[in-house]
Amino acid sequence: MTVINLLIVTAVLTLLYFLFGRQRAYSVAKGNGGIRGMHSLPTHYGALVALWCVVPALFIIVAWKLLEPSVVDSLLSSSIPAEIRAQGDMAVSLYRNEINNAVDSARISSLSDPAKQATATRLAGLQKYASYGLFALTLCVATLLGFLAIGRISPTLEARHRVEATVQGFLLACASIAILTTIGIVLSVLFESIRFFNQVSFVEFVTGLKWSPQTAIRSDQVGSTGSFGAIPLFAGTMLISLIAMLVAVPFGLMSAIYLAEYASSSARAVIKPLLEMLAGIPTVVYGFFAALTVAPWIKGIGESIGLSVASESALAAGLVMGIMIIPFVSSLSDDVITAVPQSMRDGSFGLGATHSETIRKVVIPAALPGIVGGVLLAASRAIGETMIVVMAAGLAAKLTANPLEAVTTVTVQIVTLLTGDQEFDSAKTLAAFALGLMLFVSTLVLNVIALYVVRRYREQYD
Amino acid sequence: MNNATTERVRATLKKRYLKEKIFRGFGITAIAASLGFLVLLLGSILIKGLPAFQATYLNVDIELTEDVLDISADASTEELRGANFSGAINQALRDRFPEVTKRKQRRQLSGLVSSGAEYALADYLAENRDQFGNTVNLWLLADDEVDALIKRNKDLTQPIKRGKNKNNESALITRLSEDQLGWLQSFKDAGDTNVRFSSTFFTNGDSREPEQAGIRAALIGSAYTLLITFVLSFPIAVAAAIYLEEFAPQNRWTDLVEVNINNLAAVPSIVFGLLGLAIFINYLAMPRSAPVVGGIVLSLMTLPTIIISSRAALKAVPPSIREAARGLGASPVQVVTHHVLPLAMPGILTGTIIGLAQALGETAPLLMIGMVAFIVDIPQSVTDPSTVLPVQVFLWADAPERAFTERTSGAILVLLAFLVVMNLTAVLLRKKFERRW
Repeated sequence: MTVINLLIVTAVLTLLYFLFGRQRAYSVAKGNGGIRGMHSLPTHYGALVALWCVVPALFIIVAWKLLEPSVVDSLLSSSIPAEIRAQGDMAVSLYRNEINNAVDSARISSLSDPAKQATATRLAGLQKYASYGLFALTLCVATLLGFLAIGRISPTLEARHRVEATVQGFLLACASIAILTTIGIVLSVLFESIRFFNQVSFVEFVTGLKWSPQTAIRSDQVGSTGSFGAIPLFAGTMLISLIAMLVAVPFGLMSAIYLAEYASSSARAVIKPLLEMLAGIPTVVYGFFAALTVAPWIKGIGESIGLSVASESALAAGLVMGIMIIPFVSSLSDDVITAVPQSMRDGSFGLGATHSETIRKVVIPAALPGIVGGVLLAASRAIGETMIVVMAAGLAAKLTANPLEAVTTVTVQIVTLLTGDQEFDSAKTLAAFALGLMLFVSTLVLNVIALYVVRRYREQYD
Repeated sequence: MNNATTERVRATLKKRYLKEKIFRGFGITAIAASLGFLVLLLGSILIKGLPAFQATYLNVDIELTEDVLDISADASTEELRGANFSGAINQALRDRFPEVTKRKQRRQLSGLVSSGAEYALADYLAENRDQFGNTVNLWLLADDEVDALIKRNKDLTQPIKRGKNKNNESALITRLSEDQLGWLQSFKDAGDTNVRFSSTFFTNGDSREPEQAGIRAALIGSAYTLLITFVLSFPIAVAAAIYLEEFAPQNRWTDLVEVNINNLAAVPSIVFGLLGLAIFINYLAMPRSAPVVGGIVLSLMTLPTIIISSRAALKAVPPSIREAARGLGASPVQVVTHHVLPLAMPGILTGTIIGLAQALGETAPLLMIGMVAFIVDIPQSVTDPSTVLPVQVFLWADAPERAFTERTSGAILVLLAFLVVMNLTAVLLRKKFERRW
């Protein structure tokens, strides 16, 4: 009696009602001068009946599933022994967990305590009633409403209008999921961040120079407080992103210029997809490559000329990240360069300028806002990039501008703080959400500026 | 004609043409460097990864008698499972090298063969019950250190280096002892070593032993996750694109939705992981490490991509088709479902495949929702704990054993193969159905 089964049964019922409704519309039409006498097509009547069947059913299932846990909980609490309840909330939730686990794995008899067995049996019973109840209620309502809808089929019923209004409502709801997602992101990082800033002051977080998120379990341990100064993380992120941009912007921009201005259309058709392959390679592959091939290589070169290079240097991570971003810069710049009107180039050629002079003095200045927008988008991607830095950059938060040393970044810390075992209320895990908030806000600002700039630029030449 | 000006132009002309050439050269260099890097990346992974599809086997004569296996001839299938197969293998190795008597040496001798070999032997005997009591000649899977050595080196008598290698890549680096190398050499001399294609890599789940580790569990996990992603993101994205392109009125709400979609496309993927952790796992108490949560998170992530490309496909359908349909009395919804959508479908599918390829390669958000687990068993449903291919790559890349480098590269090759197939499908789809109006 799972929800999946119920959904399947509901789907079959809906299909049947669609067929019944359509059939009914045909027979009604017979008495009214054929289909032409009806307001809508028989299919529309069928669809309307099916909607009357399925929409309320889905509504009931969702509402039931949302309410069920709390109702079952309150019904169950009466059967929890009084002495457990007297011990406080912790004991009750422990007791509940044990019961839940036993019922979920269908091993009530394995519980030692008879009182626990009784509670577990009651819980199993309640869950069974709940699933039967849901099944019965859903099917009854669906059948009844579908039946009533069939009865209402008449030549004057505006079935098509109603069906299409529902379809449009559904489309609108789907489009609004984008807004829901944004709200979800904001709420999830914001709430946890607020809880974090209740424990650690915001000022300390954004101005502190020391990051060591290990909080002790017992208060008498050494270093029990942990320090959450995020400046080293921001600095590390900036350093690696800067290296990445120093690689990506010249290479990406020059590639785009060559492709847009010099390359023949057949060369372009080959080179462009090849360059875009760089963007299609999963970041975890870049991370592996950076950690295993590029980092030792940089270390080897550095040591051969007498420099001390960390084995997880910022340079290796930044370099590989830069290469990953080349196609973003090049395809965005390519778009804006090709959008510069040909008349501007022709004017420049007519005055005797060479091709490169035209590009440097006319095309690039004209395309500059668009290029800047593209670079900003690429920078936002560099800041948010995770796997390359997780695999190739360090873990220790060090405040340095030397690209040969190991630094850590915001994304690396989020991953380290949240993978593995965690308790959800400690400052350590909440810190990850505060970092996530910073990441979201900074990339959002970059994106909004970039999109605004690009849009303004497009309007200029449209 | 002003002669002085012409002279000045002439004088600088050579320099200007040189500059032109240099500028052009910069462009070619940039493209060559980018493509060179692509070749370097793929080449290095290909070289490192190809050996992962092969495994080394050692040929051993094994006695399958009652007293070696410690079970009776009429043992049930259950009892057969519990037989002393590792003892039989150890016995076979000792028989081959009777001079080995010391305890430590014996342990080293057993170490030549993978600890998974006993299961292979058990499977063999279960299928061939008539071989009970006989001495059979079998190829056993070798240990990962042996495997690495046999694959890379022809000559085992080379000087041996232990520990880290600095720059001498050709030197033999191994954790095997002198004795073990000697035994291995004798296997080699007798022609009892063999490197051949091994299906282990495709049929096993993860393992602590590199030679037994495979990508099956991760592949199935990826398939489940991608299935959920497709089922959720495709209908929602197409519906959203239809609404925005065909029905949306020009108002604030529509603007807001559009700005949101464009922004979501550029939000770092790890932020979607935080959303999944906070809302789906902590608030809605969905199972950790499950493909269903991974699929939901990835579909939220790929929605903007699919919506944007679907809108482009819908926009490419010329307005004349809509007008003709409306003129014949079709309702707005009929215009879309009967005419516009079928015409735009190839473009929409292309966008969907590209979005799914992106989701297949995604790692960071899945780390947040706990899909970074050590999974030996093949997941059976979308709620079982599982991992996905890129996360498996991440896990293996972190493993200390050197043999995992080979496995990691092998897994990357499989991942890239899937991505290439998906992208090629998208390209072919576009080529075949692309229509210029």
